[in-house]
Amino acid sequence: MEHAFKPEQITKKYFTPWVIVLAAIAINGLVFLAMRFFFGIGSVTNLNNQFPWGIWIAIDVGAGVALAAGGFTTAALGHIMHRDKYEAIIRPALLTAMLGYTFVAMGVFVDLGRWYYIWHPLVMWNGNSALFEVGICVMIYVSVLYIEFLPIVTERFIGRVNLPGLFKRFNLLVDGLLRKLERGLDKTMFIFIIAGVVLSCLHQSSLGTLMVIAGPKIHPLWQTPVLPLLFLLSAISVGFPMVIMESITASKSFGLKPETDVLSSLSKFVAPLLGIYLAAKIGDMFIRETFVYLYEFNTTTVLFAIELVVGVIIPLRMFLSEAVRNSVTGLYVASMLVIFGVVMNRFNNFITAYNPPYATEAYFPSIGEISVTIGFVALEILIYRLFVKIFPIISLPIRNFGTKAKYAIRGGLK
Amino acid sequence: MSQNRRDFLKTFAAIGTTAATLTAVSPKVAKASSRGELSVDRNGVLVDTTTCIGCGKCEWACKTAHHIEPGNIEDYSTKLTDGSQRRPSEDALTVVNQIDKSVMNSDKVKLQCMHCDHPACVSACIVGAIKKQENGAVTWDTDVCIGCRYCMIACPFQIPAFEYHKALDPKIAKCDFCYDRTQEGKLPACAEICPVGALTYGTREELVIEAKRRIEKNPEKYHDHVFGEHEVGGTSWLYLAENSLVETVFPKLGTNPAPGVSESIQHGLFAYFVPPVALYALLGGVMWLSKTKENEGGH
Repeated sequence: MEHAFKPEQITKKYFTPWVIVLAAIAINGLVFLAMRFFFGIGSVTNLNNQFPWGIWIAIDVGAGVALAAGGFTTAALGHIMHRDKYEAIIRPALLTAMLGYTFVAMGVFVDLGRWYYIWHPLVMWNGNSALFEVGICVMIYVSVLYIEFLPIVTERFIGRVNLPGLFKRFNLLVDGLLRKLERGLDKTMFIFIIAGVVLSCLHQSSLGTLMVIAGPKIHPLWQTPVLPLLFLLSAISVGFPMVIMESITASKSFGLKPETDVLSSLSKFVAPLLGIYLAAKIGDMFIRETFVYLYEFNTTTVLFAIELVVGVIIPLRMFLSEAVRNSVTGLYVASMLVIFGVVMNRFNNFITAYNPPYATEAYFPSIGEISVTIGFVALEILIYRLFVKIFPIISLPIRNFGTKAKYAIRGGLK
Repeated sequence: MSQNRRDFLKTFAAIGTTAATLTAVSPKVAKASSRGELSVDRNGVLVDTTTCIGCGKCEWACKTAHHIEPGNIEDYSTKLTDGSQRRPSEDALTVVNQIDKSVMNSDKVKLQCMHCDHPACVSACIVGAIKKQENGAVTWDTDVCIGCRYCMIACPFQIPAFEYHKALDPKIAKCDFCYDRTQEGKLPACAEICPVGALTYGTREELVIEAKRRIEKNPEKYHDHVFGEHEVGGTSWLYLAENSLVETVFPKLGTNPAPGVSESIQHGLFAYFVPPVALYALLGGVMWLSKTKENEGGH
């Protein structure tokens, strides 16, 4: 099967002014993070006994898991439904999911009061706890994502193993091992791909179950027994917009032509998915008659309205328009709105809606918390940029014989 | 992927077997429910807010018993007169407040962990560090806790506190019903020191009867409700008061166990691993079919 596109390493130089800015943001976050480890969570965050969870859980974990949904949605589309057309976007989506989940794990790690016990859930189980389910599923899924990434590593190094100095003599051995690994992975990869989708569905929904136990502490606009379903549906509907947004950003950043063709057809899925989510959300509101709370005008209802109108209804309308789906700007703006909507939803679920009975003040994230959160995002982008230079992730059009020749040699060695 | 159909089936069978094994194991895990068997002899405390004089000695005794610097016992009574509504915290596992701060010398109420019969914190704890003990106490295990603070999210009474300013071994702090003392046959420190008998320690069953007896005997003195008898499925600590304590001292809560529907949802999603395995099989089927179609298409 010959494609007009082939994943290649990006050869553009790493450092640009924007990369420097991102690095500065990342370092700033890491400095605050260091303080947390020396002086405790209270020294960096605005968390207290009234508000035990802040944006490290709401954004880094809650929204982070949802925004990494591009990984399992594209895997389902490309690998399980075998829509080969979307092959070009699977690898970037996989990389984002892998890095995304790694940073989710980091977010949990830094938020844990006793971070050195992070392994406890592996051996100390509580099957009643939604958090336990999320924790275990995320741990397994991160491993699955790394396994799914391995073929890219073998592809990169088979026939090109070049160890430095004294290790040179092991070149052939390592090459042989990589080939064995590649063959083994090739035979078993479908297990991991299906497992990845199942695990994602499980923990995306369990993440919604988390706040159910908080009962009346959660504002009725968000508290509902169908929260798991809403979380799953919103995660599925944000998967493709994430992929579209990243693809366009990467193209712009590396001076490539955006893959408008693939992205436009991918964007056709977004409106129906968002529609299902919206229907579930509105339907639930009417069944529980929570729309009465919308007559009140306060921060909570305003944030709810923004989440729903700006984050769901407007992009839904945009994705229905063919003109928007065929324009890079339209796709970018609409995708950004969906992403914004889901981030907003997670923020609202974990923070806006959380009203402890004896609250004397409102929670607002501290400079330290914000620094760490955006620092992690910056770091993630920097690592993404590094990875697409090291590994063949982003698909480029095949133009010259040089590229073809390299693959011919590789095939010949087999 | 280039595996053939036989490989696919073989591996699929292997997964089925694994899933079946998991299913066989799962009931053991599910047994650790917060709705497990409750001992009939579990203890409780009946707090009679009409008797309490607000001397604060229980606060002092509690700190002493839990190795928190207690300060001077004489200073405690003045803490009440400033009318502030304090909350139990890492520095004071129990506090006594005036019920109505607008009225000088209104009745006082002692606050601490309620030791629910079906505790949300026990259900929520990711590692099972919080346990409902046979004697009614809800206790926390420092060797297990990972400091995620999900118990604080779950607690309907907003009780567990956390040591935010400790970099190492921060604790979840809450009343442990003097578990160590009661195991030795002693009274909880607060109940032991109370000079006016506002705190009655005993089996929960007897305390409910006693509370109702007091209401019957003095119907004009007490509001006709034992707070904690049915709230969130029942609590070990029970309260008698002149007026309703709901929305003045305690939040308005239903009579369903505090974990609410969260456990049902959780167990529904994982009912003997059937839904995940079914989803796996479904996706496997879709994958296989779409692959076959592709092969027939002549690729």
